[in-house]
Amino acid sequence: MSSKKLNLTLKVWRQAGPNEKGEFKTYYANNISTEASFLEMLDIVNEELEARGEDPIAYEHDCREGICGTCGMVINGRPHGPLQGITTCQLHMRHFKDGDVIYIEPFRAKAFPVIKDLVVDRSAFDKIIQAGGFISVNTGSAPEANSIPVKKENAELAMDAAACIGCGACVAACPNASAMLFVSAKVSHLALLPQGLPEREIRVQKMVAKMDELGFGNCSNVGACEAECPKEIKITNIARLNREFYRARFLSNVEE
Amino acid sequence: MALESKIPSGPIQEKWTNHKFNLKLVSPANKRRYDIIVVGTGLAGSSAAASLAELGYNVTVLTFHDSPRRAHSIAAQGGINAAKNYPNDGDSIYRLFYDTLKGGDYRAREANVYRLAEVSNNIIDQCVAQGVPFAREYGGLLDNRSFGGAQLSRTFYARGQTGQQLLLGAYSALSRQVGLGRIKLYTRREMLGLVMVDGMARGLIARNLLTGELERFAGHAVVLATGGYSRVFYLSTNAMNCNATAIWRAHKKGAFFGNPCFTQIHPTCLPLHGEQQSKLTLMSESLRNDGRIWVPKQKGDKRHPNEIPESERDYYLERIYPSYGNLTPRDIASRAAKRMCDEGYGVGETGQAVYLDFSDSIKRLGKKVIEERYGNLFQMYEMITGDNPYEVPMKIYPAPHYTMGGLWVDYNLMSTIPGLYVIGEANFSDHGANRLGASALMQGLADGYFILPYTIGDYLASHKFTPVKTDHEEFVKEENAQKDLIKRLMSINGKRTVDDLHRELGKIMWNYVGMSRNAEGLKKAIQMIKELREEFWKNVKIPGDAQDLNQTLERAGRVADFLELGELMAIDALHRNESCGGHFREEYQTEDGEAKRDDENFAYVAAWEFKEVGDWVLHKEPLVFEYVKPSTRSYK
Repeated sequence: MSSKKLNLTLKVWRQAGPNEKGEFKTYYANNISTEASFLEMLDIVNEELEARGEDPIAYEHDCREGICGTCGMVINGRPHGPLQGITTCQLHMRHFKDGDVIYIEPFRAKAFPVIKDLVVDRSAFDKIIQAGGFISVNTGSAPEANSIPVKKENAELAMDAAACIGCGACVAACPNASAMLFVSAKVSHLALLPQGLPEREIRVQKMVAKMDELGFGNCSNVGACEAECPKEIKITNIARLNREFYRARFLSNVEE
Repeated sequence: MALESKIPSGPIQEKWTNHKFNLKLVSPANKRRYDIIVVGTGLAGSSAAASLAELGYNVTVLTFHDSPRRAHSIAAQGGINAAKNYPNDGDSIYRLFYDTLKGGDYRAREANVYRLAEVSNNIIDQCVAQGVPFAREYGGLLDNRSFGGAQLSRTFYARGQTGQQLLLGAYSALSRQVGLGRIKLYTRREMLGLVMVDGMARGLIARNLLTGELERFAGHAVVLATGGYSRVFYLSTNAMNCNATAIWRAHKKGAFFGNPCFTQIHPTCLPLHGEQQSKLTLMSESLRNDGRIWVPKQKGDKRHPNEIPESERDYYLERIYPSYGNLTPRDIASRAAKRMCDEGYGVGETGQAVYLDFSDSIKRLGKKVIEERYGNLFQMYEMITGDNPYEVPMKIYPAPHYTMGGLWVDYNLMSTIPGLYVIGEANFSDHGANRLGASALMQGLADGYFILPYTIGDYLASHKFTPVKTDHEEFVKEENAQKDLIKRLMSINGKRTVDDLHRELGKIMWNYVGMSRNAEGLKKAIQMIKELREEFWKNVKIPGDAQDLNQTLERAGRVADFLELGELMAIDALHRNESCGGHFREEYQTEDGEAKRDDENFAYVAAWEFKEVGDWVLHKEPLVFEYVKPSTRSYK
């Protein structure tokens, strides 16, 4: 692939702190290689700001390979940008045209308050996992790995769900800011494996209760979460979550 | 100070078992009286924190990420080794031990490596029980694949996301303990300084990355699980925030640094696209199971790869190393690629790339099988390069990836500072001079799940601790030292950006302390690093406020540390007058360009003691080989 150079106008959400008023500010990104990634383009803008002694745009990123789930911003109205099945860090500039105007905003949701500029607080996801997104097995007490066969089909489905990177794009995409896709991915992953069955009922109830408590909205089957998920987690997981939830309510004797 | 490796006596097969018996225990009721601080939440940190909390200790966990699940272990793709011998191809603990020791070019401790192999099977059991969705056969049992440096299949994997799945397993164990109130988790905290009282590690100072506030954490022991230092090269496969600050600051307080020059350059990464590049992307070594590496036989052949006929291609790894072929260990595959490109056979716009070709495998197995095995990797490749690897061979080039060096630890994983433990990639580790693929995950989890939880108890049970709270004068002193450092950084107000200086350091490291090194270049590098360090402290520019989320300041502190560590790496590489594993000194090679080891003079761990910046004292821990006699490492 031969590279070309782009000149772009950016409209970036700047917000000094959680309780400050934010606004879009205009920046120019010049001479950007089409081979560069979107975040490399932002790096260049930031380095110019730094050189001028101005506060660079705060945004989060880490692995730049689409697996850590740290990066995430709304680009031209879509979480992780215009392409499907990728994170922001995997977006490359060859998908933009010279002269484009690009709007960049943080993920917006009640449960993900803005910290600064494009940085949001997604610790609510950790709290949901802490409430029940695990199998209770202490180190050392595991049986021989091959003592419990797992149907290949189920292992594959579990892996599909376990691929979630916890980035929060599903919440940002949802008009209700619902976390159902995130929660359903973990519930599905563990409900599909025999190892997860002993805690099947209690897990789903605790996770859903925590999700509600943290201010995430309800699912109304819009499907935007699936469309924007960088790991293409399927909305059928939400159907499984609902089934698991009602099954648990029906069967279990968990105290409320 | 003499280095005591504390390797137990007795036959190698019984060392760990006997040692566990001889370790003092902390009774269940007493464990909650001990506070342990764990820094880092990758595989090693998360698994250690969860296991210690399960045992009943009071555990505090710090991570600079917004969530423990973001740690860079998440990006490991290919797999994790274990000696289960499920494929019935002749594996055993002894063979895994042998392969790992040989793969490390005989620069690791036999006893450590044996223990690693010994606990490898427990790791797989533990992960499966946690719900890690490893790949399975149709019968429902676990599947294995091959990795470099092994002639059998012992690698467990979860598609191309094994690190992610193992980390999420450890993260779920950690989260469970947080939910139960047995772990106090502090996210967005970066450790800046170690606090010592009466010569023992008793706590640390961390910066709250959101408010800029310095916070004090006190405990009876500190565990560093903060990963490796490949970002010293600026461009590497490491995540952007990976850094050496925690181990480097501990080093400056007295923890010796082991084998700093042992760094691994991974052979299968995406080539550079240009000056705007911020990091390099790894393509899993597992691709070498089915991909064939080649260059055109004719120098500077500019034809499209698909137009170059079979007879005009040089599958150089298969040609030079017929018994391992494309699955030679990383150091060997990387150097071979560099040699081909240096000689003018490289491909792509820059000539700094070789082909990794799947067309034969697609013909043999069908596109579907290849997609099942590597689908996400192929997609990742296409996303970055715009080329479709099902139709056009991938272009790859080596990149800095892993650091075998790290803080020196004894058999108990304790550094030269009493009460300071170092686990995972952060320690100088069990990988000697080169790590085999799928062994990093194994070591991180071995340290965290099955080694540290035993050995730390012995330390706690056999020492008397004076009560130390965060108002102790040593905390005040260390906090003030860190405050001053931050103030100094913020007040320079020079002309160059942090990244600009980091890029310059990276170029020095890559050119002179990279894939091949020589005395002249290393001496030059040492001088250049010293000058660049001076330039940094005179001319760096950090906008904004220290009492705020300030990502430039975070990076500046890390680069300041890399500018010191880089010099030590060059000093270590200069002193080691031999080639071994990832450390290739041009003066020491065989006629056909292979590494020439010098067991007579260099069969030791180089452990460096910090005196002041630019001044280190070398201590040697001799390596004794009782079971595997070091031989010339041949993969031909």
